[in-house]
Amino acid sequence: MIARNWTLKDWAFPLVVLGGAALLAPLPAVAGSYWMALLVNILMYSVLATAWALFSGPTHYVSLATAAFFGLGAYTMAFLGEKLPLPLVYPAAALIGAVVATVVGLSTLRLSGVYFVIFTFGLAELVRQLVTWGEAKFGGTVGRFVFIDVNQQGIFWMLLGLLALVLLVGYAIQRSRLGWALRAIGEDETVARHSGIDTTVSKVAVFVVSATFMTVVGAVMAPRWTYIDPSIAFNPIISFQVLIMALLGGAARLYGPILGVVPLAILFEILQANFPNSFSILLGLTFLVIVYFVPNGVVGLIDQGRDKIARAVGRRPHPAE
Amino acid sequence: MQPLIELHGVSKSFGGLKAVAGLTASIPRGEVVGLVGPNGSGKTTALNLITGNLTADSGAIVFDGRNIERQGAHRIARAGIARTFQLVRVMPTMTLAENVAIGAMFGAQPCSPAEAQERALPLLARVGLAARADQRAASLTYIDQKRLELARALAAHPQLLLLDEWLAGLNPTELKDGIALIASLARDGLTIVMVEHVMDAIRALCSRCIVMNAGTKIAEGTPAEALADPDVVKAYLGDDDA
Ligand SMILES: Nc1ncnc2c1ncn2[C@@H]1O[C@H](COP(=O)(O)OP(=O)(O)OP(=O)(O)O)[C@@H](O)[C@H]1O
Ligand SMILES: [Mg+2]
Repeated sequence: MIARNWTLKDWAFPLVVLGGAALLAPLPAVAGSYWMALLVNILMYSVLATAWALFSGPTHYVSLATAAFFGLGAYTMAFLGEKLPLPLVYPAAALIGAVVATVVGLSTLRLSGVYFVIFTFGLAELVRQLVTWGEAKFGGTVGRFVFIDVNQQGIFWMLLGLLALVLLVGYAIQRSRLGWALRAIGEDETVARHSGIDTTVSKVAVFVVSATFMTVVGAVMAPRWTYIDPSIAFNPIISFQVLIMALLGGAARLYGPILGVVPLAILFEILQANFPNSFSILLGLTFLVIVYFVPNGVVGLIDQGRDKIARAVGRRPHPAE
Repeated sequence: MQPLIELHGVSKSFGGLKAVAGLTASIPRGEVVGLVGPNGSGKTTALNLITGNLTADSGAIVFDGRNIERQGAHRIARAGIARTFQLVRVMPTMTLAENVAIGAMFGAQPCSPAEAQERALPLLARVGLAARADQRAASLTYIDQKRLELARALAAHPQLLLLDEWLAGLNPTELKDGIALIASLARDGLTIVMVEHVMDAIRALCSRCIVMNAGTKIAEGTPAEALADPDVVKAYLGDDDA
């Protein structure tokens, strides 16, 4: 239906995504357990940051709710993992994420700018406190063991599949009227409304898609930990890391966040291994350096470089300049 | 024939300030109507109430036979009312063509992104910006941004076009072109309400003129009649305006 008048150029992105996934799929056969752990980490943040940018990239609504949805997914696995057949737990997590995101979206997306940021941050804390309270009251303990038989390879393949899916969904949204509506909202929400865009429906729809991916990532990752408690699953650092990674890569392009995830996941791994006590400070410093020196992300640097080369070889400069 | 839009006792206050106080007016189809009045008399607020940017405290607004005073801005836009803003608003990092495409895609005759971008080009040509279709809107001068706003509004296929001081700040040559452009839109059958301080433009373009002061209508008629009204003269001299 969408694909009726697609040209070869339109197929390039989906083909690269599927080809890339096919190339990466055999990695577990050759990677040792240290490298697998790093790869899983990179894939996890790639899905989270791409999902984050799906909504926050075009609209410029900065969300710090990543940890809330990620944690919800992890807890869905912890609760249901031994009660339901595993293939049903992931859709259940997706559904829970979607429902919560709809409620949150409808109640907060009327807020603008900084109020939205603060609310989403508060949301993660609120959910964490609710889960802590519920566990203490009804479960008798605060933490939980997650004994679910999914190995590192299984997690790797699920995350790889999710990454391909989130990129393809993002591509479809970007090219649709919905994608244009989101960009218009990011540019000037008043103009968007006066041009006939139902801004609330557009924002909530994509917020829900984004949050659903984050929730499923949480469910996929939970078995890796064997033990979770609310401070692990709803760790606000996750929200900040995803934000930094997406900003470093650049949220203006679908593939942008991944360009930020790869170097930062490696950097954070090194920092956490060597300076566990000052990790938060170093995270903050990284944040400052990125915002100061790479304000438009790696994607912005690539565009700049391309313009420079184009000018050097005497072609017309980038028209959008 | 039924008027295209009617306002019945529409009011809006900001805190204690009555910006629009019981405004009643009707705009016939196919006419260019001037909306004038001293600074702060409530003209922009009236446009904001019509387009759903603000919600009236009381009163009714009937557009094409339907009440729109409780509809959201996006529904009103889709119903066929388009506007420009007194303080120009463009989508700065989008290209000119994209700005206009947004108007076409979600307006009264919604269409696909591809078709919207095609529809954008003739409209950019109409306001004299065709050569810069691929530039970013932020790179335009203030005056050109106003032209772009007009093209975006027209892209929505409106029945009613609201212009808020669209001619302000133009030099004499630009003013002449601007007036000719609005006249050509009127010849195409578009109904236009123009808020304007440039009285020469009102006289040249408008069949009728509504004068506001302190949130209400104080005179109405042909521009010559309305502007000669003693109340209007007094309002502009300022001894009536608290
Ligand atoms: N959002 C707002 N909040 C508070 N007061 C407002 C708001 N918008 C307008 N006003 C006030 O309402 C009154 C009417 O303003 P409005 O902008 O409608 O006047 P106007 O006739 O368009 O004036 P101008 O010719 O200067 O554009 C003014 O006193 C203005 O300060
Ligand atoms: Mg005004």
